[in-house]
Parts: sequence; structure tokens; C-alpha cells
Amino acid sequence: MTWLDLNRDLVLDLLGRHVRLAVPAVLISVVVAIALGRLAWRWPRVGTVVLGISGLLYSIPALPLLIVIPVLLSVPLRSETNLIVALAVYGTALLAGTAADAFRSVDERVREAAEAMGYSRTGLFWRVDLPLALPVLVSGIRVVTVSTVSLVTIGALVGISSLGSLLTDGFQRNIREEVATGVIGTMMLAIVLDLAIVAIGAALTPWQQRRTKKQKVVTA
Amino acid sequence: MGIEFRGVGKTYPDGTVAVADFSCTVPSHRTLALVGSSGSGKTTLMRMVNRMVDATTGSVLIDGRDVRDLDKVALRRSIGYVPQAGGLLPHRRVVDNVATVPILNGTSKTAARAAAMDLLTVVGLDHSLAKRYPGQLSGGQQQRVAVARALASEPNILLMDEPFGAVDPIVRRDLQDQLLQLQAELGKTIVLVTHDIDEAFRVGDEIVILKTGGIIAQVGTPQEIVAAPADDFVRDFVGTDRAERNLKTVDIDGKQVVVDGDDRPVGVLR
Repeated sequence: MTWLDLNRDLVLDLLGRHVRLAVPAVLISVVVAIALGRLAWRWPRVGTVVLGISGLLYSIPALPLLIVIPVLLSVPLRSETNLIVALAVYGTALLAGTAADAFRSVDERVREAAEAMGYSRTGLFWRVDLPLALPVLVSGIRVVTVSTVSLVTIGALVGISSLGSLLTDGFQRNIREEVATGVIGTMMLAIVLDLAIVAIGAALTPWQQRRTKKQKVVTA
Repeated sequence: MGIEFRGVGKTYPDGTVAVADFSCTVPSHRTLALVGSSGSGKTTLMRMVNRMVDATTGSVLIDGRDVRDLDKVALRRSIGYVPQAGGLLPHRRVVDNVATVPILNGTSKTAARAAAMDLLTVVGLDHSLAKRYPGQLSGGQQQRVAVARALASEPNILLMDEPFGAVDPIVRRDLQDQLLQLQAELGKTIVLVTHDIDEAFRVGDEIVILKTGGIIAQVGTPQEIVAAPADDFVRDFVGTDRAERNLKTVDIDGKQVVVDGDDRPVGVLR
């Protein structure tokens, strides 16, 4: 692909920008969604309202959101902050429900026994609930990551550079290879980040691995 | 060290009365078995001791001190707790499960793990299991870990919530034997909750049989209860009329053989 050879530096630069937009947005989504999910798990009534509202946020069209956020937060329209906040809103909306499910997935017998042993409330959250919620949480984070990586491209429409810029530029100038590079690059980045999360998730939940291995041995 | 239930009751906000008015004393180094069907309030009573449930009336005293005056978390760490099946931390290796409370109390990880290994030996588990996760153990092994974990902080009191309820009868008997052996050496003050009257008879020094709502049907040693059931409820619960509890002796070749109500041999009288 000659176009790619000639524009390698540009593509790598845009790839870097794409990562710097997507990763913070995902991280913010994860933290906020865990907080909201925990809230919804702890107080189900409040939770229904909170999760309902966050679900509604997901239905806001992206372009208006990118115009409203600069007004609300007084950041420039073309700033990375603008896009990161918008993506974090979508990510949180997508993940909060899953986070609540993740906490609900923790075995009540385990929680109760841990409490009876003398875990404090914070200890219970960090050392029991959160680790045990990880398997469900990770599956949600994977969805958010892939969705965020692809949504980053929308920023190109308001002039926030990413691999999406290859799409807008390629369409305008009718360079097919450039559009293809933008599409394939975005997809590959999504796949790589997804695999990274799977690997991190597996490393953080070794007890799950062991169990599956054992089950395989048993059925073999 | 003794535990006293002084006129305790628990009424939930929706009006459900789990326990109406219960008084009982567990002397130090003795095992009290709380027996009853579901809804008898036996678990609620046990949970009052470590304040997993707070009594709405009356009080629970440990060594004369009202548990309500003690810090919940500190109180719970000072009491060994053996949960029902499935109460181990699934994401922690066996050795770390056992070391949990000492580490919460500030013991160094190395020291707590070394002590945990010794405890595995005490409850009869091979050290090769130490690095496994609870999910990789059998039900009986898991409950042995649970007992070791409860002993780790060297508590004076042990609370046991149907600890052997989910294992098969043979393993259950092994675990009960082991508990008796440990108790003979360690002399903890134990409150054990069970719905299994035979388990209560085997491990309890004193037994409280509960009716719905935490009402005491009878208190006594196993012998006293078998010899003189207080009423039809106790007779039915204990199974006094069941064939295996109706023993008689028959003379066979000069030996006094004990047989049950179905004439099945149980043993020989000496």
C-alpha cells in the first residue's frame, strides 16, 4: 500500500493521539461506572433512577454532545478534553449497569462470611467485593473499550485529530487507501486493546483460570 | 469466658419476629448446640454474638460485657467464625484464607502464613493444598480450611453456622470427630448452629432445641433430652419414637446384644 508507506509518520502520530483519547476515556468510565454501580447495588431504588439516567445519556447524539460539553465545562471545542469527557459519558452509560450486575454477582455467602470474620466496610469493598466482581466487570470493560475506540473517530468531525482524521480527509480527497487505513487501523487498535484487557483480566483473576483448567481436566 | 443471652429478641422492621425472648448461658470451654428447623431463629441467635445481627431487645454478654459496647469489627476479629459451605474467599489461596484474620489484625504476611501452614496440619490437611484455591478443593476439605481459618486468630469463642451441613454423611462424621478432638485440646467456647439433631448430640455439651420464633422447647445435655423429652415437639424432633432410638438387648450366646426397634444390631453391651 503505497499511500501508507508515504504517510507512515502521519498514521503513527494519529494512532498515538487515538490511544491518548481512548484510554483516559475508558479509565474514567470504569471508575465512574464502578462508583455508580456500587451505588445502585447498595441502594437499589436510587440505583434504578441513576442507571435510568445514565442509560438516557447514551441516547444523546454525539455531535450535539461535543458542542454542549465545551459550553458546560468551558473547554475549547477542539480540545482533547472535550472528546474525552464525551466518550467518558458514553462509556459510563454503557458500563454502569454492568458494574451493578458485577457487584450482584458476588456470592452473598462469601460476603457474609467475610463480614463475620471482621472485614471493615472499606476492606470488604477493596478486598472482597471488587476482586470478586472483576470477571463480570472485565466483560463490560471490553465492550466499552471497543466502542470507545471506534467512537474516537467522531472527534475528527469537529477537528480533534485521531485515526478518524484519515476517514474525513480520505473521503474529502477521495483517497481510498487513506480511508481503508483509518478503518483498519481503528479496528486493529480496538482488537489489540481488547486482547490487552483480556490478558490483564486473566492476570488479576487467577482463581478463575485455575477453576476452568480443573474443569477441563475433569471432563477430559 | 462465657456467653450469656439475656432476654434477647429480634424483630425486623417489617414486623417479623425472628426471636421473641431468649435467655441462656454458655459456660466457658463448653459447646452449645442451637438446634431447630428453619425459622427457629437459631442462626439469628448465633449472629447476635458477633453482632452480625443486633438484638432489638435484651442483650448478649461476653464475659459480662455487653457486645453492643464493643466495636463491631474488633469484636468479630476476636471471635472465630466457621461459615456454611461456600463461605471461603474464592479468590484467595487456601493458606491466605487461613491467614486472613491475623493479617487484618496486623500480623506480618510471612508470620501469618507460617502459622496458617501449621493450622492446616492441625485440621488434617496436606500442605500441598495450601497453594490451591477453594474451588479446587472438595467440600469436606473446604470446611476443614474454614475451621483452620476460624482458629487462626486464637479466639476464645467459635461460632459455627451449620459448618458441616453440605458434606456427605461420612465426611460429616470425620469433621465432627475432628472438631471433638480439637475441642478436647483447645477448650473453646463454642456456639454451633445445626438442624441436625444427631450432630448436636455428637458435639454439643448442652443443647437448646428451638421452636419457631426462638422459643426454647428444651435445654439440656444430650442425655437429659433423650431420657426425658420435654414435650411432643421435642420427642418428634429428637425422634424418640424412631426405631433407631428404641434400643433393647437380646441375649445371644451369653452376650447382651443391643438391637434397635427393627431388631437390627447396634452393638454389644459390656
